[in-house]
Amino acid sequence: MPEPSTTAMRSTPTGVIHDIGYQRYDGPRLGRRHVFGALYLHGVRTTFGFGRSAKAKIFPWLVVGIVTLVAVALAAVRSQIGEPVATYAQFADSMSWLVLFFVAVAAPELVSRDLRSGVLPLYFSRPLPRSDYALAKLLALVTALWLLLGGPQLVMFLGAAFTTKEGMRGVWNELLDLLPGLLYAGLWAVVFASVGLLVASLTGKRAFAAGGVVAVFLMTTPIVGVLSILPSRTANELAGLASPSSLVQGVGIWSLGDLLLGEGDQGGLSIGGFGPVYALAAVVLVAGATALLLARYRKVAS
Amino acid sequence: MTLIATQSLTKTYGGRVTALADLTVAVEPGIIGLVGANGAGKSTLIKILLGLIAPTSGQVSVLGIDPTADPAAVRARVGYMPEHDCLPPDLSAAELVTHLGRMSGLPRTAARERASEALRHVGLYEERYRPVGGYSTGMKQRVKLAQALVHDPDLLLLDEPTNGLDPAGRDAMLALVHRIGTEFGISVLVCSHLLGEVERICDTLIAIDGGRLLRADHISAMTTATDVLAVEVSEGTEELAARLAALDLPVARDGRLLLVPLADDSTYDLILGAVAELDLPLHRLDQRRHRVAELFATRELSHA
Repeated sequence: MPEPSTTAMRSTPTGVIHDIGYQRYDGPRLGRRHVFGALYLHGVRTTFGFGRSAKAKIFPWLVVGIVTLVAVALAAVRSQIGEPVATYAQFADSMSWLVLFFVAVAAPELVSRDLRSGVLPLYFSRPLPRSDYALAKLLALVTALWLLLGGPQLVMFLGAAFTTKEGMRGVWNELLDLLPGLLYAGLWAVVFASVGLLVASLTGKRAFAAGGVVAVFLMTTPIVGVLSILPSRTANELAGLASPSSLVQGVGIWSLGDLLLGEGDQGGLSIGGFGPVYALAAVVLVAGATALLLARYRKVAS
Repeated sequence: MTLIATQSLTKTYGGRVTALADLTVAVEPGIIGLVGANGAGKSTLIKILLGLIAPTSGQVSVLGIDPTADPAAVRARVGYMPEHDCLPPDLSAAELVTHLGRMSGLPRTAARERASEALRHVGLYEERYRPVGGYSTGMKQRVKLAQALVHDPDLLLLDEPTNGLDPAGRDAMLALVHRIGTEFGISVLVCSHLLGEVERICDTLIAIDGGRLLRADHISAMTTATDVLAVEVSEGTEELAARLAALDLPVARDGRLLLVPLADDSTYDLILGAVAELDLPLHRLDQRRHRVAELFATRELSHA
């Protein structure tokens, strides 16, 4: 290593920053798990606009604000009338279209931006395996969506827990209602994230990616509509499989029952006895989308 | 220790396009120039060295590690600067280099410190907090170099680092690369299609053409043997040539010049003596360093 030239230091006036030469690094080098964790956290922060321009924070936090406001309103109304206006799962359902727009902005931000700027060779020339890159991004989006739905559910829970008139037993019952709600929010998050990220990873243009994500979820809804008015009961009951959103609702109806439908409310979607089919379809959809995402990243930028 | 060694390395794409054909080289640490025309297989070689693509056949080892078997171990010790634009425009150089340092396994604080060090070494100071999108080409090239340096690699792979730079920018970049190779103690493989550029800074030169090895050797071995003296006299060129040939000096004609290989200092004396004896007006006598390009003069390399 070169030593700083002593003559140069003497001849230069004070107040000058001396070039101390290049320093080798002999500190710790973290392993794959830490690098994955760093990329994952970076992804979660990116979805909410942290570490980015103020403009990039507007949309994510607008959505966060709306869902939180709705949750606060629901909690407030409930504390007044003493009756829940919506269950946790119903809340997740009714917020799903907002989550969709959140995905349409966040997924391109996570993957399309890297495709566009050509930064991927800089990642893949480092020890991190390609699959880790894709999975860290996916996990980050799942986490962000789950926080987006689960956070307000927690607000609703706190509102209910503090206003319950049954003491600890009331809090406990409320918690038992909350947990399936959080799981259902998780299902929304996994399905939206895996499909949304796959679509976004196909293009480097953020506008196209956002449009593609919205299209996949919204354009499939009319198919569900058509199938559900066909004169065949089986077709009607399987109609929900045609769109990711109704697929999630189908799984919810099957697993949560009246926690989602409410008393005597038969909702829009009837799945008959096909609940397990919906569950299986959801698993296949998520696994398939993830496999395709990994396949995409085996090829891209090599 | 051998820095990079390949044995009959071959890469074909789709069984038809041959990017590398039977390439066997072994180079020692230092600054290595990899020259070849566009499409000669330089980028393919770099990608194989990084373990990004697998060779069709043959063996390769980088820093004693086989990148086809353990790419992560190679990549942990290698820094790569790609040829093309690869910087997200909305991030600042400091943020980007810090993030990529973490992707190389540096802890958070170490990544931040090393990022600002690396950026300082490549000559980016206050501007490192501005978004990269507003940078000049020269500054972008420096950021690309800094991100390759951030994790303190033992070997840098630079793919056309002077691409898109003006002459002054090229000189600055080459000086920087030379400094990294000599002062920082990091070996560098510089890839370029401009032979004249890399021969100025490298110790070893690998020339490839059409995926085949043209020559790989120390630059000193390529140049010292071919130093020549150029003699020009205003008249009597023929007589001088005959006299020098009589003195057992292998003379070559190059227009009005006589070229005499420089064996040692006595060659000067012989020539001056011959000129004096014939009483010719000596126009000039100077030592000419053979450009390495002349070694490949028959190839299009020298004009590339």
